[in-house]
Amino acid sequence: MNDTVIVEDIRPLIALLAPWVGMIGIIWAGEKRPNLRELFTFISASVQAAVVLSLVPLILSGAIVEFHIWQIFSYVPMLLRVDGPGLLFACVASVLWIATTLYAVGYMRGLHEHAQTRFYSFFALSLSATMGVAFSANLLTIYFFYEMLSVSTFPLVTHMQDREARTGGRTYLGYLLFTSLCLLLPALSWCYVWLDGGHLTMDFIEDVGKVGHFGETTQIVLLFLFTFGFAKAGLMPAHSWLPGAMVAPTPVSALLHAVAVVKVGVFCIYRIYADVFGSEVLSKMGGEEWTMVLASATILISSLIALSQDNLKRRLAFSTIGQLGYVVLGAAIATDRGQGGAVLHIAMHACGKITLFFCAGAIFVATGKKYVSELRGLGRKMPLTMGAFMIGALSVIGLPPLGGFISKWYLALGALDRDAMWVVIVLLVSSLLNVFYLLPVAVTAFFRTSETEKDPSFKEAPWPCVVPLVLTALGCFFLFFWSDVLLHMVGLEP
Amino acid sequence: MFEEGSIFTQLLVERLNYFIYVVLLLIGLWAMIAKNNLIKKLIGMSIFQTAIILFYVSIGVKEGATIPIYLPEHDPHASHGSAEHNDAAVSGPQVLEVSEVSGYTNPLPHVLMLTAIVVGVATLGLALSICLRIYRGYGTVEEDDLLLKLEQEDSRNAGGFKKRRPRKRPSSTKASSGAAQAVSSEKSKSDRAGQGNRRSRSKSPAKKTQSSSTSDGKKPARRRPRPKKPKERDS
Amino acid sequence: MSDPIVWIVLFPLFGAVLCALAGPWARTICYPVSILSMIASVWASVNTLLQAVEASTHEVSYILGGWSLDLFPRGVGIEFRADILGGLITLVVTGVGLIVTLYSRLPVQRETPGKESMYYGLFLLQIAGLAGIALTGDAFNLYVLIEVAALTGYGLIALGSNRAAAATFNYVILGTIGASFYLLGVGYLYLKTGTLNMVGIREVIEANQMYDSPAMQVAFVLVLLGILIKMAFFPFHAWLPNAYCHAPTTTSCLLAPLVTKVMIYVMIRMILTVFGVEFTFESTLWTEVMPWLVVVAIVCAAVMALAQREIKRMLAYLIVAEVGYMVGGVWIYNYYGLIGSIFHVISDACMTLCLFLGAGIILQKCKTTHFDGLRGLFARMPLTMIGFFIGGFSIIGLPPTCGFFSKWYLITGGMVSERWEYMVTLMFSTMVMVILFFRLIERMHLAVSESGQNLGKGHGDLGLTERQTRFDEAPLSMLIPLLLAASVVLIVGVYNQEIVDQIEIFLQPFDLPTGVHYE
Repeated sequence: MNDTVIVEDIRPLIALLAPWVGMIGIIWAGEKRPNLRELFTFISASVQAAVVLSLVPLILSGAIVEFHIWQIFSYVPMLLRVDGPGLLFACVASVLWIATTLYAVGYMRGLHEHAQTRFYSFFALSLSATMGVAFSANLLTIYFFYEMLSVSTFPLVTHMQDREARTGGRTYLGYLLFTSLCLLLPALSWCYVWLDGGHLTMDFIEDVGKVGHFGETTQIVLLFLFTFGFAKAGLMPAHSWLPGAMVAPTPVSALLHAVAVVKVGVFCIYRIYADVFGSEVLSKMGGEEWTMVLASATILISSLIALSQDNLKRRLAFSTIGQLGYVVLGAAIATDRGQGGAVLHIAMHACGKITLFFCAGAIFVATGKKYVSELRGLGRKMPLTMGAFMIGALSVIGLPPLGGFISKWYLALGALDRDAMWVVIVLLVSSLLNVFYLLPVAVTAFFRTSETEKDPSFKEAPWPCVVPLVLTALGCFFLFFWSDVLLHMVGLEP
Repeated sequence: MFEEGSIFTQLLVERLNYFIYVVLLLIGLWAMIAKNNLIKKLIGMSIFQTAIILFYVSIGVKEGATIPIYLPEHDPHASHGSAEHNDAAVSGPQVLEVSEVSGYTNPLPHVLMLTAIVVGVATLGLALSICLRIYRGYGTVEEDDLLLKLEQEDSRNAGGFKKRRPRKRPSSTKASSGAAQAVSSEKSKSDRAGQGNRRSRSKSPAKKTQSSSTSDGKKPARRRPRPKKPKERDS
Repeated sequence: MSDPIVWIVLFPLFGAVLCALAGPWARTICYPVSILSMIASVWASVNTLLQAVEASTHEVSYILGGWSLDLFPRGVGIEFRADILGGLITLVVTGVGLIVTLYSRLPVQRETPGKESMYYGLFLLQIAGLAGIALTGDAFNLYVLIEVAALTGYGLIALGSNRAAAATFNYVILGTIGASFYLLGVGYLYLKTGTLNMVGIREVIEANQMYDSPAMQVAFVLVLLGILIKMAFFPFHAWLPNAYCHAPTTTSCLLAPLVTKVMIYVMIRMILTVFGVEFTFESTLWTEVMPWLVVVAIVCAAVMALAQREIKRMLAYLIVAEVGYMVGGVWIYNYYGLIGSIFHVISDACMTLCLFLGAGIILQKCKTTHFDGLRGLFARMPLTMIGFFIGGFSIIGLPPTCGFFSKWYLITGGMVSERWEYMVTLMFSTMVMVILFFRLIERMHLAVSESGQNLGKGHGDLGLTERQTRFDEAPLSMLIPLLLAASVVLIVGVYNQEIVDQIEIFLQPFDLPTGVHYE
């Protein structure tokens, strides 16, 4: 990696700070001037997206952007660095934030939600943290933003301020803070204070594979601590926070599932496997075998659980857990194409799943229905929404010409690169399961008629809800056709 | 029994001063922890501090030595001193040789104890004034009575939110009825006078300590179950 | 003013005399006098610290009364000596003192009306005593200053309600036992070494190889026991919760951040400067036993904190747990642990200050700190709550507050010396702190009663009257110190490396183990 050009640039920091500035504006505008407040959200989201997108040509040309913020310890700085995978993740997050904002305006006003100022403020804050994770250059920096995200999403999860919110919030924070403070923190200080009182920087470029200098057992323990420490990735024993957090309003769920939280989790795991351990060390220590098994188990089990869920949002939540398993699986495969596929899957799944969540929310806003079994005949009433749902579902299942196909394809290729036939079989079986739990929703909506409601009148959700979901559904197509750019970003040849 | 090197010789002859200070220290400590009457606790505290003062003073003692003021033969100012000493006298105090100082005791521990005594007096004074305040506020200097009242006060304060019920203690009926009286009369002065009737003996702390044995006999059930517990429970 | 080191103590001392003289007639001058003397004292301690950092020996020394120290072993005379550690602690003491003084105007007027002159007199004496503890280089003088701080502390607490007076009595008894044990230990030290100067004592110990002397062991045990009682280490903590909980607001704000922390400083000072690392860690059994005591201490204190339903009481138990952290950091015996301990002394002072200031404001506004009276506080006093929870997050150890960095070093220390039990305990108590503070957030934020009943009408309605949720921020004279303290928590966190660098310079001569052997 020595031949890459390193550019000092303040743009990553701007992307990080834009939500903060936006937040000040949001609080200043307050509940009394809702239009101004949401304008501020839009502005900061757009600024962030524009800044992030403006970095794309630079990265595509092979350069790396860095910005040094502050020296955390004498031996480790808080360093922002934009590389391919990070930028891809940042692009997804910031672009989808715009869509989510539009959707949130429709949703929150449609339901006359309370405390919208608080909602938009913390939303902006969590996006700032997400940018931070995407642009972090070493483990400690990532940890800082990771914690910031945990705390700043708590008020969003407990937005309803009632009993359910308390239960959900407790599960959410309990899992996330327990794992990050009790597993991640020791692992980090283990890494940093090194042999003979020396220190590692755990830089994602310079210190790849330095973990290999530790003893065999230590490596395994570290891998274990990191894998479960980043519980936002929702790997199986540490997944229950995700369905628990479903008490939040739908835009928050969309944010949690598609944009920020879970993607931050799997992105961190990707960083650990690809840029801390490195494929060499990972394959030498044999730790990736059990990680792959774990991820595969997560994929299959969560898909099976999703089959049995009647609450639409819960079904989607378990689907998310399964899809996150793909990313972890890809990162653990430890081949170039596998890890590239993992990063791609972050983007592809984000686009597909956010569509699905938007649809679930739009259905709730328009009809107040939460359960799959209630959706009969809804395809006629809400054709746009259910059409988008269909597209999102197909993308998540992984059918061409939709984005989800590309990432699954590369995951399979990566698995074949290391002759792991069973991984391909797992991918196939789970895709089949995806079909079973996603398509019936659309089928019920379109082809079953409701017994109680005979009125097929056209009743979509308010337009700010519908527009974003249509856009993200279209996005799934675009991701398929523009996949060469994305592939280039993660360093794969199309 | 007192042959060379036996434990008794060591304790009672060679190190009698240590032995005494340890005994005093333990008496004081016992009184501070185990006594029920706050004034007695303070007496224990005084004994405790005095023991330490004795220890310090005793380590400064030297057999056949005198107070550290120049002996006539060392005194540079003295008129009957030798000639060369008289010459040096003009320049003030003078450092003595090691062989010359053997006749003096070490003044430093004694000086230190002056400070320690001052500290001790200050502590005692402060503690007594706190006792006085406790007595004025709660009408008792008996620790178990006091704890009972404090607990009721605490639970009443918290009880504004209907959270904690006052914990029932393993106590005789008389104790609880007395406690109930105490609750109702917490701040009103007339009731305190009524209480005074019940324990007119405890008017003055000194009298109280004398008569505590009789009060012991009157309410044994309250005293016995918790010799040391109050402190822990208080926390 | 060439020797700012003495002025650190003298300014509050003179201020105290002035305040006491003011009496009830001129009690309005007490508040400005206190502020002025504290500002001057902070200025002096900043200067002293700078002098210590710049000096080649990294210490500033001042002989009180001009007694010579030339004779071996360091003859009579009291020395004030500020090395970097002492300087840092002094700065913390005076800084916290200044912030609390700024904060004190309204609570003192409300809680001890008419006694301002006495109150501020004691208050300044307390700070003088604590700063003196951090500065003195003489073992006996340390005892006197400990008692000065303790006596004024008893007075400050007992100035509150009758309940506070009752709570103080316990404190007096235990505090006196602690100080007397310390005094006894010093007696043995003097007996063996013939000097009271701290550095002198270590010189004699090293020169005569007194590592196995039973008298020294006894001295060590007595001194340590005394200090442990004074710092409210777990089995000896009984005095602390009641005293801090019932004390007047300003008193608890001043005592809670400082007293226990300064006593931990004394322990570190005793171990490093007086007895020496070699004596402490290699010729006694304590190295094996203490970490386990610490484990018990932290676990018990954390569990008891969980059981509390009142903020001040909960915070008091938190302090007991934090004391366990710091004692553990020292006794796991390695470089990082000690850095962690020292840094935690500083950061814990800042964050405890933050929390107690916040609790004081809640008490002032809501008249209670019971958990049931907290609903809707985020809407009512958002800025206060931000300040309070910055302190809370720091206790949990979330970056970038200073609590994260001290915890980082403590964990690293536990790892380096392979004290897994200490590490696991740290994790456990971290989780307890998460529960404690997020439970508070839930209580303030959600419309749910403790048993899980929904209150209000849903959609963010907290079931309160409009007056109870209206924006009603604390008075500025209380809010500004709180926000100041909160920003100090963040600044100490962000610039932790500057402080740790200085601590490293201080620790260099002691040759502590740093090795990690994971090969």
